[in-house]
Parts: sequence; structure tokens; C-alpha cells
Amino acid sequence: MSEQAYYVPESSKLPFAMALTLLVFIIGAANTVIDMGTESNSYLVLLLSFAMMWTTMFFWFSTVIKENHAGLNNPMLKNSYIYGMAWFIFSEVMFFFAFFFALAYVRNFAVPWLGGEGEKGIANMLWPGFEATWPVMITPDQAIQGTEFLGPGEEMSLGTTYANKGLAGVLGWLPLWNTIFLLTSSVTVHIAHLGLKNGNRRQFNIYLGLTLVLGYLFVGFQALEYYEAYAHMGLTLGTGIYGTTFFMLTGFHGFHVCLGAIILTIMWIRGLKGHFTADDHFGFEAGSWYWHFVDVVWVCLVAFVYVM
Amino acid sequence: MSTVVETHDHGHHGPAKGLTRWLFTTNHKDIGTLYLWFSCLMLFIGGSMAMVIRAELFQPGLQIVEPEFFNQMTTNHGLIMVFGVIMPAFVGLANWMLPMQIGAPDMALPRLNNLSFWLLPMAFGILISTLFMPEGGPNFGWTFYAPLSTTYAPSTVNFFIFSVHIMGISSILGSINIITTIFNMRAPGMTLMKMPLFVWSWLITAYLLIAVMPVLAGVVTMMLMDINFGTSFFNAGGGGDPVLFQHVFWFFGHPEVYIMILPAFGIASHIIETFSRKPIFGYTSMVYAMSSIAILSFVVWAHHMFTVGMPLAGELFFMYSTMLIAIPTGVKVFNWIATMYRGSITFETPMLFAIAFVALFTIGGFSGLMLAIVPADFQYHDTYFVVAHFHYVLVPGALFGIIAGVYYWLPKWTGNMYDETLGQLHFWLTFFSVNITFFPMHFVGLAGMPRRYPDYALQFADFNMIISVGAFLFGITQLLLVFIVIKSIRAGKKAKPEVWEGAGELGLEWTLESPAPYHTFTVQPQVK
Repeated sequence: MSEQAYYVPESSKLPFAMALTLLVFIIGAANTVIDMGTESNSYLVLLLSFAMMWTTMFFWFSTVIKENHAGLNNPMLKNSYIYGMAWFIFSEVMFFFAFFFALAYVRNFAVPWLGGEGEKGIANMLWPGFEATWPVMITPDQAIQGTEFLGPGEEMSLGTTYANKGLAGVLGWLPLWNTIFLLTSSVTVHIAHLGLKNGNRRQFNIYLGLTLVLGYLFVGFQALEYYEAYAHMGLTLGTGIYGTTFFMLTGFHGFHVCLGAIILTIMWIRGLKGHFTADDHFGFEAGSWYWHFVDVVWVCLVAFVYVM
Repeated sequence: MSTVVETHDHGHHGPAKGLTRWLFTTNHKDIGTLYLWFSCLMLFIGGSMAMVIRAELFQPGLQIVEPEFFNQMTTNHGLIMVFGVIMPAFVGLANWMLPMQIGAPDMALPRLNNLSFWLLPMAFGILISTLFMPEGGPNFGWTFYAPLSTTYAPSTVNFFIFSVHIMGISSILGSINIITTIFNMRAPGMTLMKMPLFVWSWLITAYLLIAVMPVLAGVVTMMLMDINFGTSFFNAGGGGDPVLFQHVFWFFGHPEVYIMILPAFGIASHIIETFSRKPIFGYTSMVYAMSSIAILSFVVWAHHMFTVGMPLAGELFFMYSTMLIAIPTGVKVFNWIATMYRGSITFETPMLFAIAFVALFTIGGFSGLMLAIVPADFQYHDTYFVVAHFHYVLVPGALFGIIAGVYYWLPKWTGNMYDETLGQLHFWLTFFSVNITFFPMHFVGLAGMPRRYPDYALQFADFNMIISVGAFLFGITQLLLVFIVIKSIRAGKKAKPEVWEGAGELGLEWTLESPAPYHTFTVQPQVK
């Protein structure tokens, strides 16, 4: 082990500030959803908690960066950050797993049973007339002339796009372009990393910048896709299980892309300010791991939400 | 004596003074203490709720509380005991002991450690405050099945959802810290297969926590969306399925029950080897047994929902996979017994609790096997037999493990021996009252008494009266534990570094002075 002792900060106000922030967050978020649709200012508490969160995180991360620049972090401590980030990403994988699990369950069990197929098809007695298809365009509720859950007008899958609009439709299919953007950005962020490791700052700055452009293009295209869905296709969160799984899976992924893009933007600014060296740049590397992670999730989304 | 010297060192190595010491601390021992006192407080809050339940069930008929409030009591009792008592107590023990057992200066990420703790009072403050809101608190059982927790829930369910998110964040951050500490901070020479079993048990527990806490976050997020944003995850009208809730919840929930018992396995192993004066029998098989339990825990979840209407193949798969878990668990129980065999055993309080743990946890394990049998479970499902089963694994299982650990390590923390006579009294009162409380629940359950009702048929009256008497005795007895702990903090016979005869051979924590200095192992020891 190195002669330098493992750095343990004596005490810190940051974690308690973060805990208080999340207390304000619970109060703000719960009151906001409870008061939805009424005249109320409770969303201001939620906004306050976001401001507190950004402030606390800013001071927390700048403290960590200053400590590293001051040479307090020995190799073992740097290793702790690496382990910490890896296991954090594992926890994110499991969060997405829950939603993919839900999608798999409704497609393979719940919807066929509601449509009268399979061992538990007796469920169809409650929803006579409902036919099991995926995507579910006519909901069970709709099949019995209910009005609570009306199915979507159109859906987003590759097959339908090709069937309706042919090859030109596929070329104008937003998820195709988003796939290209995100997969390319995973390559560019890797090239940026190689540049940093070889001491080529110019390569790092350019390729990380390019990654950001691709990332923000992805977010923009996804926003466009959502706009199309809500404005022209009659596909919303409330249009039964297809809208539910579509928006929740792509929405949480999009949210994570935003987070990843913000992280990498900060890393880009840090790079321009002269942070990072060829052998000490874990802040950036952690961000790039995160970026590869959202890329992998996207590949699964394309497979299970858009294509299959 | 070095502690005395260090306090003169401009307070640089000692704790800060006053309240800010506890608010801003990054010291693993301080944070461990915070976790343990927090879970103690929650034990009495959650325990009071159990007392309300048992007072109402003392006699048939509705006497004391409204059924609506009774539902809030069962729900919050469960939530608080699971997330507010058992889990934080184990994390507190981990905070205190892991760095000392692996020869590390502190936890790997000390500020994150403080955040993990302080999130808990925030989350539980909000959860408990819902009881005082006009609509009342969560009233849908601690398993919060949809649609009871979505379509038919009070609006305070939203506070519950965000509280669960914060508890989950706390657990995930705490577990990341623990795994990082174990993988990265071991003393040179301490290979994985030389780690103390409590460290192993926590490594596996932390892995389980990181794997399933995000799934819990996912399922409460689905609830939030169904309640407020018109999605139909759990609504068949839109093509979803209420049963989906149970699948996702129990995918979290089953590993969760092992999260609540594995650290107790580790503690029991240390205590039994110490007081049998023999190294643990079958160390390697203990590690593999815990690992297999953890892996199997991911493929047994649907045994909680046999009566929900699953295809036959599913019922059979989950029945057999559940029964498989009896094998590694049996390995552990036989190893503990083999460790005691021909040992020169003494029966100090930690050992009494550890032996009671082995015996009574095994009862809970066997009733679990009964529940795993699909056709039998159709009869047992949602009866007091289930209540008896999970209270046997959680009270004389997990809670006894925690109490045993507290007695075992208390002299190391405070520097003073606890009062052995009072400790023995505490054990015997606890041991009798826990069985008076929970054993008759098997009988009323098998006879068909359903769980979660404020009233019951007359034929269950006698046993319920006995159960309530036992419960109140158990509750009052735990005040004795608080008294013993405070007494040991204030004064008592000075403890030697190894505390227990021969323990010096068994772990690095016993090479430190008692009380352990504020900062330990700033230079890591060499492990042979």
C-alpha cells in the first residue's frame, strides 16, 4: 500500500444538506401530484428542492475535485470512486429491468389472457370482445364500450411504419436516426477518451463536443417524436398499456440520456478549463461509462419496444 | 490510554463537540451509532403500533380502534419494522464493524455514508406524519398490493411513494459504500476466503440490495403513474394486470427477506465460534451456502402469490425452487451445531441469543417449507400461519441476531462490560414472551384465522388473549435492553481488548482497545 494515508474528511455539511434537500423534495413532489388540477403553488416547493439539489451537488462535486487537485486522493481512494460508479450503474440497470420485466409480462401473459388465450384465458369473460394483439390498439375497457381507457390512434413500431409508408417511411422513422446518433456518440466518446489517454487534448475536446451534439440531437428528436405522438397520433400515457409501456420505457431512457449529456457537458467544460491528465480523469471516465450504459439500454429499447 | 492522549491533540483526531458531531460526521463509528439508535427508536414506534394491534385483538369484537385505523397500524407496523428497524440496525452494525474487521481506516466513501443515514429520518418522518393527515396514512398493508394501493388508496399514498424512493436511495448508497469498502479496503493479506463471515454476509446482502432496491423504486413509480398520470400498469381495463404489481413487488420482496436475515447469519457465526471456543465449522461451505441462498432468492418470488391464479407450470417451478433453499440453509444450521459440538461452551447473553436464533429461526424455516407446498398454501395463504412464519424468521431470527450482535460488540464500543445478570434476565424474558406471542399464531392460522382483520370468530378468542399477553410482555422487556445499553455506556467493568476469552484470535476488531479509538487502522495491519 502507498505511504499516503486514505483521506477521510473530518466532517462535512454536504450530506446533511442533501438529505434536507430530499426532504423538501418529498414534500414538494407529493403535494404537487396531490394538488394537480387545482389552483395551488405546491410545485414551487418542488422547484425549490431542485434548486437545492443543483446547489448541493455543485458544492459536493467541486469539493471532490478540489481534494483531488490538492493531492489528497491516494490510489486506493481513486479505486473507491471506480467501484462506486460501477455499482451505481448496476443499480440503474436493475431499475430499467423492472420496466422491461413489466413489458415482457404484459406482452406474454397479461394481454393474451385478457384476450382469452392460454391457461388463464378465462379473464376474457370480463372483457368480452377484447382481442389480444400487440400493440394493444383497442383496450379491454374500450372493447366493452367503456371510456376510461381508449386505445391509441397510431403506434410507433418499425413494422407498422414499413407497412404504411414503405422504405421512405423507414428512412423518416425517428428511432432509426436516434439509433444512429446514439451508437455513433458511443464511438466518439471512446475516441475522446483515447485522445485524453494519449495526451491529445484537441482530439478530446473535439470528439467530446461531437458526442454532446449527437446526444442533444437525440434528445431533440425524441422530443419531436413525443410531440408527434401527442399532437398527431393520439398516442399518450393514458392510452392503455401500449402508451404506458412506450412512454415509461422511452421516457426514463430519455431522462437518463439528458443526465448523461449534462454530465458530459460538465466534463467538456472541465476539459476546456484544463482539468484531467492522461492518467487521472475518472470524472470523465465515469461519465463515459454512463453514456455507454444509456446506449446499451437504447439498443434493448429498439429491440423490445420498437421492433419486436 | 491512547484515546486520552488523542483528545489533547487539538481535537483533530477526536469527535467534534455538540450536535454538529452527529449531523456532519463522516466517521463510521458515529454513523453506526446513529443507525443503531435510529432503529432502536423505530423499534419502539413500530412496536407501539403492534401493541395497538394486539390490544384490539385481545378480545373478539371491535373495542379500541376503528377498523380504518387498525389497517393503518398493520401497514405502518410492517413498513417501519422492515425498513426502519431491521435494515438500519444491520447497516449500523456493518458501519461499526466492517472497517474494524477488515482493517480499514473508515468506510470507503465517508460523506456518502452520512447521506445514507440522514435520508432515513427524513423518509420516516414523512411516512409517520401521514398518520396525522386528514385522510390518514397508508392503509393497504406493508405489501401495498394494487389496486388497493392505487385506485382505492388515500391521497397520502403519494407521500408513501416518495418516502419509499428515499429509503431506497439510502439503501442503495449505503450498499454501494459497503461493497466498495469490502472490495477495496481490506488489509493486505486478507483474501476473500479469509474474510470474517459477517463481512461475507454483508457483501452478499449489499449485492442483493443494489439488485432489488431499484426494482422497488420501479414498482412504486408505476403506482405513482397509475394514480396520477392515467397509465394502466395495474389496470386490466387498459390492458395491464394487477397481478403484475405482485410479480414486480415480490421480485424485490423475496431477496429483501434474505437481506433481513443474511447479516444475522454472519453475526451468529461469530458468536457461536467465540463462545464454543472453536473456529467455525465449515467456513467455506458457509460462504457458498450464503451465496447460493442469494442466487436462489431471485427465482422464488412467486411463492408469495400461489393463490393469485398462475399457470400450473409456474406454481410447480416456484414450489421446487423454494424448497431448494432449504438445502443451503440446512448447511448453515448444521454447521452452527457442528461448531458447538464438543466445544467448551459458556452461555453469556450473546451466546444465549445466538443459540435461540438457531433454534427459533429453524422453526420459522420449517413453517416456510410448509408454506412452499402449493396445495397446502391454498389453505395457509393470508392466515395467521403466515404471520407466525415471518415473525419467527424476523423476530427470533433477524432481531435476535441484531440483539446478539449488540451484546457481543457492546464492550468493544463502550469500553465497559454490560450487566451480565440483567442481560440474562433480558434474554429469558424475551425468549419466553416471543414464543408466547408467536407460537399460538400457528394454531389459529391453521384453524383459519385470516390476517389483517381487526375482529375474529369466537373460537380464536383464547389463543388471541394469550398472544396479546405475550406481545405486551415482549414489548416491555425491550425497555430493559435500552436500560442495559445505557448503563454500559455510562459505567461498568472495564473491558479488555479481546473482551471475550480467546476472541483475540478470531478477528481484527479484538486486537483494538476497548473502547475502539475514534480512528482505527490508519495504517493497515498485515494479515497472515
